[in-house]
Amino acid sequence: MSSFGRFARSSLSRPGRVATVAAVVVGILLPFWVGGYWLSTLVFVLIAALGALGLDVLTGRTGQISLGHAFFLMVGAYAGGYLGGNLHLSALLWIPAAGVVAGILGALTALTAMRLRGLYLGIVTLGLVFIGGQWLAPSWRTVSGGPGGRPLPVPGNGSFSFSNGLSIGSLSIDENGLYYYLAFILLGLGMIYVHNLGRSRIGRNMAAVRDRELAAAVLGVNVARTKTTAFIVSSIMAGLAGAMYGSFLGFVTPGEFDLLLSIQYVIMIVVGGLGSLWGPALGALFVVGLPAFLQNEAANLPFLEGGARTTGIPVADATYIVYGVLLVVLLLLEPRGLVGLAQRIGSLVRRRRAVPKELGVVTSLTQEG
Amino acid sequence: MKTFALLLFSGLALGAIYALIALGFTVVFRASRIINFAQGSLLALGALLVSALVSAHGLPFWLAFLIGAALTAAAGLAFQALVLRFAVGKPDFTVVMLTLGFAIVVGGALDAAFGAVPRSNGDPWGASIAHVAGLAVTWVEVWTIVSAVVLLVAFRFMNQHTKYGLAMRSAAADTEAAIAVGIPIRRVHGLAWVLAGLVACVAGVFLGGYPNSVSPSLSDVAFFAFPAIILGGIDSTTGAVIGGFIIGVVQQLTSGYQPQYAAFLGQDFYVAAPYIVMIILLLVRPYGLFGSRPAERL
Repeated sequence: MSSFGRFARSSLSRPGRVATVAAVVVGILLPFWVGGYWLSTLVFVLIAALGALGLDVLTGRTGQISLGHAFFLMVGAYAGGYLGGNLHLSALLWIPAAGVVAGILGALTALTAMRLRGLYLGIVTLGLVFIGGQWLAPSWRTVSGGPGGRPLPVPGNGSFSFSNGLSIGSLSIDENGLYYYLAFILLGLGMIYVHNLGRSRIGRNMAAVRDRELAAAVLGVNVARTKTTAFIVSSIMAGLAGAMYGSFLGFVTPGEFDLLLSIQYVIMIVVGGLGSLWGPALGALFVVGLPAFLQNEAANLPFLEGGARTTGIPVADATYIVYGVLLVVLLLLEPRGLVGLAQRIGSLVRRRRAVPKELGVVTSLTQEG
Repeated sequence: MKTFALLLFSGLALGAIYALIALGFTVVFRASRIINFAQGSLLALGALLVSALVSAHGLPFWLAFLIGAALTAAAGLAFQALVLRFAVGKPDFTVVMLTLGFAIVVGGALDAAFGAVPRSNGDPWGASIAHVAGLAVTWVEVWTIVSAVVLLVAFRFMNQHTKYGLAMRSAAADTEAAIAVGIPIRRVHGLAWVLAGLVACVAGVFLGGYPNSVSPSLSDVAFFAFPAIILGGIDSTTGAVIGGFIIGVVQQLTSGYQPQYAAFLGQDFYVAAPYIVMIILLLVRPYGLFGSRPAERL
């Protein structure tokens, strides 16, 4: 049996399996229903979901707070841009290589992170954003193009390029559609990997480190190696997401990869549901989808600036106010995030008063002391 | 030599602001063992309130300053009383994320209310020059240092010699034991947030003085104070103050000398310098210069 078959049969509950199959089918068909603005929004959602999935391995599953995710996204974007744009490598090489380069830097970060816990770690990773995004990247012009930014190539291999679209018989997929499917496949592979990781020895070690680091160490878990693995997995996914993001956008500047971007990723995983398989994707849908929705509908919504109305709350500000309020409300009322909410609704629909199944929920992300 | 003295003086002025921000972080940390991500937003809130009170309502600067500081303290207290009190006993991560949520809401609201346009901080000094020991420095820098030192001394006095200070210190040392001997822990937490709001407003107003200006993006500066609290050790108020001054001086000296002597490092090196100092220090002393290593128990 294929590994996907094993994955689908052995470890998901029946409603979980139905939901997974439904999500895959809808995901494959979606580009045939939506196009233009909404399709490109969906591409950004999928790319962000991949990055968030990585951050969740580190924060949700291993308990290491990181505010440096934007740094690894940036590394992926620039590594991809340099290898694909300056060295003209095939996309089969530069996209994976972006992940590898980010992964190597993640391993180096882990070396320093070994000595630190909890909030100290969060602050050092915050330092990465300042050191990388405000100093190294703008200074290293060969790779980054300076503060003005640099273009990124469209994925291609030989004569095939995303910009020409793809025709299989009567079926034709345009550039956005190709980006969509590439991001969809990467996210799908990432989710299968993370799901299996969660049930493996490494995944259990990660959970042990998250829940009680000292106890895990006493029981023989190699804490240093577990944390390093989490950092590497997390930054590889961030690197891939960064390269995809930059390529889809076509152009990136160092200023985009700021603290706010890191915070957006933290919001994604917390709002989505920490340590759950679908949390990062749901969180990305919310964090990326909300501003896109508000931007499009601003003229029809009250209080917002847009359309004929020149006074009102700018969409970007309204978005952040909603993010913040939802973050606070969810943390207080449903710490398992949107995934927890979905499970509650699911069990209501089934008219059973069953206690929702735990999905490796973070019970304690405590800092020593 | 004169350049050095000038850079040192402006470094001390910047350091005084970092010290105030760091004090705000440390006060909340000692009360509830969390890093308050909203400190920067409170800082921007205070500075914008004072600026608006002076420019729109024509209040005298000192009166606007008092009202602004009171309102900022009230905002901190309100967050503590309306949100954080429901999170008592939740994991630290949850509480930190709550402060992040508060920061995002305040940031968005300030942006919507005031826009990104830079404003005057409303102080009466502007760009006027003072002569201190033969050096031409701005009055803003002088008053920044004076106010920060007065506030820091006042805090130290309160912390060491009043019953509120004693309550705060005991809550910081052992929360459960403090509750057991009858310390009103909620009031102590509330007081911590009031103090955090007060110092945030003062730091914000002086930060917005010449040659800077006041805008919602002022909140980012709080993240430059992180190296200061880490350098000093996050649970030490003395350490936070010393760390603040060190980081301020390091940053100003770097921005003054590095383009001349180490141009290959690029022009934005001074932004990264405090963080590089911090990372090196953390590798040597993981709990900062004055921080205490917590005992670990299974």
